[in-house]
Amino acid sequence: MAFIPHTREDVESMLAAIGVAGIEQLFDEIPANLRLAGLAGVPEALSEMEVGRLMVERARLDGRPLCFIGAGAYEHHIPAAVWAITTRGEFYSAYTPYQAEASQGTLQLLYEYQTMMASLTAMEVSNASLYDGASAMGEACLMAVRANRRSRSRRILVPTTVHPHYRTTARAVAGNQGLVFEELPYCTEEGCIPAGALDRYDGEDITALVIQQPNFFGRLEDVDALCDWAHARNILVVAVVNPTSLALLKPPGEWGAQGGVNKGGKGADIAVGEGQALGVPLSSGGPYFGFMTARMEHVRQMPGRIVGRTLDAAGRAGFTLTLQAREQHIRRAKATSNICTNQGLLVTAATVYLSLMGPAGLERVAAAARARTRELVGALTRLPGVRRLFRGPAFHEEAIGLDRAAAPVLEKLAARGILGGLDLSEHYPELGPALLVCATETKTSADMECYVSALADCLREARAA
Amino acid sequence: MSNVPSDLKYTKTHEWLRTLPDGTVEVGITDHAQHALGDLVFVEVPDTGRKLSAGEPFAVVESVKAASDVYSPIAGEVTAGNPGLAAQPEAINSDAYGKGWLMRLRPSGAAAALLSPAEYEKLIAEEGD
Amino acid sequence: MSTRLEKPIFEYSVPGRGAEDQWPRDPGAAGTEDLPAAMRRARRPLLPEVSELEAVRHFTRLSQLNFSIDTHFYPLGSCTMKYNPKACNSLAMLPEFLARHPLAPESAGQGLLACLYELQEMLKAVTGMQAVSLTPMAGAQGEFAGVAMIRAYHRARGDLERNEIIVPEAAHGTNPATATMCGCTVREVPVDADGDVDLEALKAVVGPKTAGIMLTNPSTLGVFERRIEEVARTVHGAGGLLYYDGANLNAILGKVRPGDMGFDVIHVNLHKTFSTPHGGGGPGAGPVGVGARLSPFLPVPIVGRRGERYCWLTERDLPQSIGRLSGFMGNAGVLLRAYIYMRMLGREGMSKVSEYATLNANYLLAQLTRAGFDAAYPKRRASHELIITLKRQAKELGVTAMDFAKRLLDHGMHAPTTYFPLLVPECLLIEPTETESKAALDAFVAAMRAILTEAAKEPERVTGAPHTMPVRRLDDVRAAKQLDLTWKPIGAHAIPAKP
Repeated sequence: MAFIPHTREDVESMLAAIGVAGIEQLFDEIPANLRLAGLAGVPEALSEMEVGRLMVERARLDGRPLCFIGAGAYEHHIPAAVWAITTRGEFYSAYTPYQAEASQGTLQLLYEYQTMMASLTAMEVSNASLYDGASAMGEACLMAVRANRRSRSRRILVPTTVHPHYRTTARAVAGNQGLVFEELPYCTEEGCIPAGALDRYDGEDITALVIQQPNFFGRLEDVDALCDWAHARNILVVAVVNPTSLALLKPPGEWGAQGGVNKGGKGADIAVGEGQALGVPLSSGGPYFGFMTARMEHVRQMPGRIVGRTLDAAGRAGFTLTLQAREQHIRRAKATSNICTNQGLLVTAATVYLSLMGPAGLERVAAAARARTRELVGALTRLPGVRRLFRGPAFHEEAIGLDRAAAPVLEKLAARGILGGLDLSEHYPELGPALLVCATETKTSADMECYVSALADCLREARAA
Repeated sequence: MSNVPSDLKYTKTHEWLRTLPDGTVEVGITDHAQHALGDLVFVEVPDTGRKLSAGEPFAVVESVKAASDVYSPIAGEVTAGNPGLAAQPEAINSDAYGKGWLMRLRPSGAAAALLSPAEYEKLIAEEGD
Repeated sequence: MSTRLEKPIFEYSVPGRGAEDQWPRDPGAAGTEDLPAAMRRARRPLLPEVSELEAVRHFTRLSQLNFSIDTHFYPLGSCTMKYNPKACNSLAMLPEFLARHPLAPESAGQGLLACLYELQEMLKAVTGMQAVSLTPMAGAQGEFAGVAMIRAYHRARGDLERNEIIVPEAAHGTNPATATMCGCTVREVPVDADGDVDLEALKAVVGPKTAGIMLTNPSTLGVFERRIEEVARTVHGAGGLLYYDGANLNAILGKVRPGDMGFDVIHVNLHKTFSTPHGGGGPGAGPVGVGARLSPFLPVPIVGRRGERYCWLTERDLPQSIGRLSGFMGNAGVLLRAYIYMRMLGREGMSKVSEYATLNANYLLAQLTRAGFDAAYPKRRASHELIITLKRQAKELGVTAMDFAKRLLDHGMHAPTTYFPLLVPECLLIEPTETESKAALDAFVAAMRAILTEAAKEPERVTGAPHTMPVRRLDDVRAAKQLDLTWKPIGAHAIPAKP
């Protein structure tokens, strides 16, 4: 079914108005040798009823295991109101708000979103979103190169405690413009960047330092010291942060021993991250959205759309896209980025989510997730053969070490309907057999007990074998 | 009808150039250019001391519908960027050849091809509708 | 549609209010113990403090200030604003699909992977390409992948000089912006009076530095590039590759395939041709398809099949891949919606799409010409979209394309595209799509006639439009000069809002 409304009479009347005998004539400018007879390789049409059955069956195949994986995508409770509103036709099937008078709903929502994200990160300005956290990090590095006039090297320092996929994506997205990414090693006991890791760069021309907080292992870095080190050397700081954690943790705009802008210090220059945790379901990795906030002095280097408030011809306040001269449809080859479509629908969901949570609710979510993870890791590490890998404060995920390879253990758990965590051996083989585990407010004590006893069984079986 | 003062030189990319008594040169964009851009909202001028070659972009002028590079007609060292444009970019719209000057520089040599007022008038007549 | 404005949600906040029933139970000290004080947030962020009903009411009212496909005729050229079937949404949002973690094992994803694999296969069939990657998250990212692959291909052959990308003057802004992002320089070629690429100019521009050319066919001027095979020969002959921007695929679906036209790499806009929602500005998806030459360079991950099992192919399987473009595997939820739509279209439906999209556009062209409007390319057939130019009306009546666009809003119709293509002055790029009825098209022509008459008799009604929207025309200059990009508490605000 192609949702085509025309009757035969409509078609005849339209063909007459155009002055052709049949629809095929309308394609007469296409060289005959290129024309297709039909589309082999595409199956026959299905009715909505038929495709409905197919999809229900496929979904059933995947099931709903109990999930203890984090690693950049987090399961949180999403109030029903979030997607009831977001899938309203007026939001769902609206276009980019280029005709401002016909899009005040979307534009005002984006203005409210920008306000919330700027405040959450303690920065001065936000854009209306980028594709996801990983590509946002790439865009932030490109932005840092444009913004840092005092550096010519295009060298970006990136700790290996930054999410491995983020590092690969940033390279793919920004590598073709002469950026050089240099990786900083981490301390395998602390799971963080060690105090001396930056010393060898003293006196060198570095454009930006990327700091992820919490880092990929869930550990908390010494962001104040890192930020101060960078700023003392005219190096811009790109913060990669988890938005839920910002309800509890010091936001990037206030990093630095002096407490950021409000206390005479400097804070990060650009903050980005993955917005999925704010009302967007896991959905196998997308669609998500990347957020980007920054200090006002960098606003003209910011990629993506930005909404501003202004007055209309009658003196009323209204909203419109602004600073568009930086964007691809005007600046073309010299645009700040080629980004056109962003992630509007997901931003809508996040704005509704943040409005329902408010500052107190978001703090509860962060605290509850942290408490659950501590409870889980406490119980898991009481099992023989399981230990905490890193000492030091963490947010809502932690790395645990096992006394045997992780992959077969995860397989056994999966067979029991439990996704026990992420096997760290692919990206961090130096840690030995290890898992990254996460429990959010969605996990009950019974869920965690289920995991712990399943793991105990698996470990016992293997020992007996 | 664009204003094309007879005591200035021009470029194909719509910059004007005025030689000052002390030997430095003042540069801006023409009346034709400011009209095409519309109301200017933001202007970025170069820092003092910056060295430019002929034809190198040295400033950006931004309106709601366009953001354009401005090219240096001549090689030299920047002695001043117009500080007033940060607060009042519209000075370029209202007074392109006066208060709307973009930068002054001390020339160090080669100029790119410069046009006389008559040649510039011919250029914009050909470009226009 | 409503015309009553809403105040910003922050103005509803009352300290201590919130949708408490949605919050988790207080974990007490366990949530924050062992968190060093120096790492703690000191002051709460500015987030709304409202009840659930207040939030629901606020955002529902905001939605009522929007035009959308569900509520209005929306003939935006180059955007393909066709109906978004509700089933695509409800089936893509089945709880098991929503709950799946991106890093869940393949064994817990065979259902999803089957859908994605079949989507890859259908896109190959429709485009005539050999291999597909679904990861780019929008058309612009698809373009980036395409140009990056072309560059990688040349470098792998040791041909390091090839870094020029040719782009027609009429190209969409993302094309040259993408070339720059890939470290290439842009060479523009003109388009002739009939809308085709100027072949002589193209032959003069190609050479040993040519990495490739980026084209749309039908072009951004709404017409089919008739000498596409010769364009392909010219570029290939000089050692370059051809990139196809799939924005206009709706015009040729089931009729012609880019692979057969000679293209080496393409991207498809699922949020255009395959009806995934525009969402107020995304999310999109821009899968890329390639011929055999470029398949080693595809962005990862890709869905593979080993016997009966579906699996992910990653950097390990494609060592020359240009890499990952996203944290996980792209916009899976969007891909599912496109899959469902394509299964509902089936092979017959695909051809019908292009037939009726083209019928609708040509009908509008005929009727608008009769009504006194000037087609930009009167001697050409319209593809799935058409351009009229209001240059004459602007000169004779002082009424611009933008004025027409704003007055159309008062008629309850979203304006066509006005900002593009740059080549045609005072243009309206109109794309009705196949899901609009003859009645809707007739209503549009009637509205355009009415505005034309008004422009001659009462031009201020047109130049001052819109009159019936929630706001009048907005001061863009002020918006860019006096930046007000975040809400500030009363007293600190720059603009006093009128009641």
